Amino acid sequence: MDILAPLVLLTPLAGFLVNALFGRLLPRRVVGWVGAGSIGLAFLFALLIFSQVLGGQKLDQSYFTWWQSGDFNVPFNLYVDALSTLMILVITGVGFLIHVYSIGYMREDSGYSRFFAYMNLFVFSMLLLVLSGNLVWLIIGWAGVGLCSYLLIGFWFERTSAVLAARKAFVMNTIGDVGMVFAAFLIFLNLRVLDFQGLFGRVHQLPRGGTVITAICLLLLVGALAKSAQLPLQTWLPDAMEGPTPVSALIHAATMVTAGVYLVARMHLLYDWAPTAAATVAVIGGVTAFYAATIGTAQVDIKRILAYSTMSQIGYMFLAVGIGAYTAGMFHFMTHAFFKALLFLAAGNVIHAFHEDQDIRHMGNVRAGLPITFWTFLIGTLSISGFPLFAGFFSKDEIIRAALSAAGSEFWLGLLALITAGLTAYYMFRLFFIAFGWEWLAHDDRHLHEALPVQTIPIVILAAGAVVGGYIPVASFLTPVFGRAVEVGTGAFIGLAALSVWVALVGFALAYLLHARRPELAVAWRTRLGPIHTLVEHKYYIDELYDRVFVRPGLALARFLNEVVEPRVIDGAVNAVADFTLLEAREFRLLQTGRVRSYALVTLGGAVGVLLIVIWYLGYLPWRSGA
Amino acid sequence: MPVPAYSFLLLSGVVFTLGAIGFMVRRNPLVVFMCIELMLNAVNLAFAAMSRYLNSLDGVVFAFLVITVAAAEVVVGIAIIVQVYRAGRQMDVDELDLMKD
Repeated sequence: MDILAPLVLLTPLAGFLVNALFGRLLPRRVVGWVGAGSIGLAFLFALLIFSQVLGGQKLDQSYFTWWQSGDFNVPFNLYVDALSTLMILVITGVGFLIHVYSIGYMREDSGYSRFFAYMNLFVFSMLLLVLSGNLVWLIIGWAGVGLCSYLLIGFWFERTSAVLAARKAFVMNTIGDVGMVFAAFLIFLNLRVLDFQGLFGRVHQLPRGGTVITAICLLLLVGALAKSAQLPLQTWLPDAMEGPTPVSALIHAATMVTAGVYLVARMHLLYDWAPTAAATVAVIGGVTAFYAATIGTAQVDIKRILAYSTMSQIGYMFLAVGIGAYTAGMFHFMTHAFFKALLFLAAGNVIHAFHEDQDIRHMGNVRAGLPITFWTFLIGTLSISGFPLFAGFFSKDEIIRAALSAAGSEFWLGLLALITAGLTAYYMFRLFFIAFGWEWLAHDDRHLHEALPVQTIPIVILAAGAVVGGYIPVASFLTPVFGRAVEVGTGAFIGLAALSVWVALVGFALAYLLHARRPELAVAWRTRLGPIHTLVEHKYYIDELYDRVFVRPGLALARFLNEVVEPRVIDGAVNAVADFTLLEAREFRLLQTGRVRSYALVTLGGAVGVLLIVIWYLGYLPWRSGA
Repeated sequence: MPVPAYSFLLLSGVVFTLGAIGFMVRRNPLVVFMCIELMLNAVNLAFAAMSRYLNSLDGVVFAFLVITVAAAEVVVGIAIIVQVYRAGRQMDVDELDLMKD
């Protein structure tokens, strides 16, 4: 295993290097298969690691010392346990399918090799993040993920909106990175360790729930919030839809946004030791889940709806890891990876078929032209809505159950999560009915064409995962990391399952009524709900709020510094010194008469003066007494 | 009868003062130049006298040094004067103030 773990890391890196250095020279076919193949190879290595972890093995191996200062050194060490194995399986597995899909999706793009190079680097950074055995390398992977998201969101850099979106994502992520770095500082200051093994061993030296551990956990949380697009650092995620659709799938399903969940789960010993911070995680997760779901109900851009659904589902995961239901959170992470990648890739096919139009109101009647996409998207919708026996049903239920069965304030979060489940079913079926349209809607003579097999086969595989993913015993696999999950009685299990299915059915029924059966009702309701609808449609004006509170004052300050401080104060000081020197120099220049004889006189006078002074001090002047 | 040291120093001082005054009052560059030599030689005289008086060779070595420097200086100085003369300028140090600006 000590060789397999670096191999998992190195194959995407090799793919990146080949495509980045020689991509322009290689034929497109080779570029695509180098990009996808390197991830596929990494997936094979991950499977081998998985079989060994199943056998009870663990790895915490140091490969080399990166830098050393006194008795402090930062090694490059990899940490493989059940949690990181689950992560690398999903990252490489789902990532591989997305890469294969990209071969077809990006086939006409001029930046083909650049695209695959960035994607491979993205997967490499994410693998580094989850495999790293100490905070330093975790932060490096963390920053690498942020960089790659910037590069890929701004992939079509000729578009201003893409560049702005990329910049926004980068700034938001940088806020999180600062939090991470400060958390690492605090950990090192107080515990003198940076590697996980040492950290987990020593964390109990800190007072439980004390200021230090709470501060550490909250700072880590800042990083997690930025990466995972949770309140209040969530604004970059919808804008990130400017990137190509496979990028969205990769960001939302396999890499990037799940990094925050992984971080909290990886640091679960710390969060168990800081109940306040853990409760903060749970509250933020629950509120974000609800917040994003409400926004999702009023959007018309297919990718934006999916983006808000991601934000909402990640909120579920945060809720789960916040209340200590780590296995439930990671379980949902896995099923979410299947159905969210599926939804995005299928949406990509639809967008291509409608000539890059992303407005769901312009779509319709997809089944005739794109049957595979239609049925797989339906499976994804059912799965994310939590319909029984689909993957999303099991994992989401587990989170809601964990929240509802906990005492105290978590109960309310569980209730919120339950309402969110209904909202999820509503907005996903709203999207489905409007965009995919049954026969009774949108009869038109547009000739839609199904995508290439290279695009549909990955989607079909993902659809299989979205159906059967719920039967994978993730909880027992993760037991060595998190301990045994709390058992729930069969009665409570069935009762809560029935409750959540009922809620999902209400959401479905509402969507069916408003957007399939009687669309005129939806119009009527929209006017009745006027201000609320506007509020939700504009994402609660959070972007505008940030614009007013942070961006504009920042710009005003910058303008003030540029237009007043820079020319007046800084240039002013420099110019004043120069002017003064020039002025004085003009006066002193009068001494330079150009007459040799006057120079000589001055020189002689000076020499005599110096001589007199020297003699005076040596005591040789005759009139000086006591000489 | 040995000549006392102070008489050499007195002579040296008188010669140096003559050179300095000449340097300041004369306007012909050649004469100015000779005045410089006069001052240098006054110093040389003082060096040589004190060397003898103190029974040390240091002063003589310095005197040789001064002679060498003076020789080099004369070469450069005379060359400049000749060039200025060739350029048709007046041989008056007060007029040679081109370096002022």
